[in-house]
Amino acid sequence: MTKASEVRDEYVTDYEAFSRNGGPGVPQWLEDLRRAAIQQFSTAGFPTSRDEQWRFTSVSRLTETRFAVANGERPALSLGEVKQHVLEAGKDQCLVFVNGIYSKELSSTGGVPDGVVAGSLRAVASSGSKRVERHLAKYAKTADNPFTALSTAFMSDGAFLYVPQNVILGEPIQLLFLTASAGRPVVAHPRNLIVVDRNAAASVIESHIGLVDGTYWTNAVTEAVVQENARLHLYRVQREGTRASHTATTQSHQRRDSNFTLTTIEIGAALSRHNINAVLAGQGAECSLYGLTQIQGNQHVDHHTTIEHAQPQCNSWEFFNGIYDDESRGVFTGRIVVQPGAQQTDSKQTNNNLLLSEGARTDSQPQLEIYADDVRCTHGATLGPIDERALFYLQTRGIESEVARNLLTYGFGVEILNKIEIAELREQLDELVHARLDEGAERRRAAR
Amino acid sequence: MLEIKNLHATVDGVEILKGVDLTINAGEVHAIMGPNGSGKSTLALVLAGHPAYEVTDGSVTYEGQNLLDLEPEERACAGVFLAFQYPVEIHGITNAYFLRAAVNSKRKCQGLEELDPIDFMDVLEEKLDVIGWTDSLMERPVNHGFSGGEKKRNEVLQMAVLEPKLAVLDETDSGLDIDALQAVAEAVNKLRSPVNASLVITHYQRLLDFIVPDFVHVLARGRIAKSGGKELALELESKGYDWIKQLAGV
Repeated sequence: MTKASEVRDEYVTDYEAFSRNGGPGVPQWLEDLRRAAIQQFSTAGFPTSRDEQWRFTSVSRLTETRFAVANGERPALSLGEVKQHVLEAGKDQCLVFVNGIYSKELSSTGGVPDGVVAGSLRAVASSGSKRVERHLAKYAKTADNPFTALSTAFMSDGAFLYVPQNVILGEPIQLLFLTASAGRPVVAHPRNLIVVDRNAAASVIESHIGLVDGTYWTNAVTEAVVQENARLHLYRVQREGTRASHTATTQSHQRRDSNFTLTTIEIGAALSRHNINAVLAGQGAECSLYGLTQIQGNQHVDHHTTIEHAQPQCNSWEFFNGIYDDESRGVFTGRIVVQPGAQQTDSKQTNNNLLLSEGARTDSQPQLEIYADDVRCTHGATLGPIDERALFYLQTRGIESEVARNLLTYGFGVEILNKIEIAELREQLDELVHARLDEGAERRRAAR
Repeated sequence: MLEIKNLHATVDGVEILKGVDLTINAGEVHAIMGPNGSGKSTLALVLAGHPAYEVTDGSVTYEGQNLLDLEPEERACAGVFLAFQYPVEIHGITNAYFLRAAVNSKRKCQGLEELDPIDFMDVLEEKLDVIGWTDSLMERPVNHGFSGGEKKRNEVLQMAVLEPKLAVLDETDSGLDIDALQAVAEAVNKLRSPVNASLVITHYQRLLDFIVPDFVHVLARGRIAKSGGKELALELESKGYDWIKQLAGV
């Protein structure tokens, strides 16, 4: 028996205990979902590099350490510790989760408008919500990804958001997932469901922030349903601790004439794997996926994206930039599927990668599967060090070479940051990007 | 202002400049003409400090100092400017941000305080006024998606904002239609003064109808084969570059 399969079996055993403890009050449909999911995981096990979808990303960090389910461990956090991570915009519609579990005390929901539901998924599910039953786990497929199966099996809390028909939310809803010390390596499985109903519009910020530097694992799944003519801009900020692992799926499902934008920023974690699956399931829908990765040291970030054009006249725009320093490693897979009948599809994919050091590495692979004939799909990828021509150009304008290097690198980041429509969030991330660039320049100066 | 003596330069081990001599004084406009491959752009890039070009012999003295000892950014701070033949596109950084970074780098080496974005916009608007342009390109990434004409215009705008003592214009006319050419030339003319100098590199005589030079030099096979007044450009136009090649004995 290999190590990975032993670990798999341990999670299956954990599941039995978890299922017994979380038994009472859990609706039967949810119990059934969980059981099917653990069976799925038990069959699939952890992915290996022999699996095409995991060729460039090893999950050995997850099988070498025994992670206990964080459920129930509630380290005390003060409001002050939490506050610095809350944006002014929409500060009274902020849901806070600690080690995956909703904290009523740390959350602030006074600003949530009437009719809008923003709360704990666990609470809403056990209250017998038909809406949750209708949508939960219906889009993110457990068969696609063993980590989605684990999430569904162990799901105990997360955010449930519902924006009713014709409601336009002025301020963003913030979902703050904090990991605090638990005294031992823990895994949390935060699970979010966002439903934006017909003609409604909302923006949501999902942030994952590590407050500890220890070893832990976050396995997050967010399902977003964007109904007819609705709009959703989902921001996702991954700032886990330096020894953390982060596995995630962001799954969107769009109806006719809807608009979905995902802007995802990956800065933290030792290992991060983010699967993004966008399904354009209604005619005339449009989705935009924007991503920025900025990593250093031995960090590893893998974006695995799939955009499925299931209906005609849909547009998809995908634009991912990566900045890799030291020995860090990036992976980007951009799969675009155009189903039979999805005519007049317009799709553009760009993946640009900047390697700031000799030791950094990135793999980029577009995968187009087109089964319709009246389609426009373009894709392009670049990877390489700083453009020496551009560097010289800036130097001839009087800009010192290390400053010029940072300016060019910043340009890569700002292309994506400019997609952020919430000024405060954009400025906060801008500062983070700048701080990293300055650190890098400092290290290079010192190394000389 | 600038004294080039017996300048030899190589790129990838191939000698391109084979003994260039040229003296430029403040207030003068010099034109360098020559067939393709004669070393015109190499001369421009060597003056700006491009790392791929190696100077193997000779000297370049600029305002009493050895220009070749300076990094490209130090040359810029000392007042040397190169308008690129092929301006480089830069991701993400807007023209306004870039220009401010350039102006502030220059101010820093002059011991002046840096300009904040608001003060900088005042300076920028003043310069745009001088050359008679609008600021529509300011919020776009540097040269990204610019037409050929816009890129060249942008070079001249940078020159206006950075106020160099010695401006080297490397084929700023190539690829421009006649209106864009006139606009660029007009801007260059407005920036002429008794204290600065220009070195205008071109393949075509046409530009020199608009930027009238004090001296014309013909570069052939890495050497200045002939120098004269502005009438030399017209002579070249009628006799063609073969005439120069014969003069140069090649």
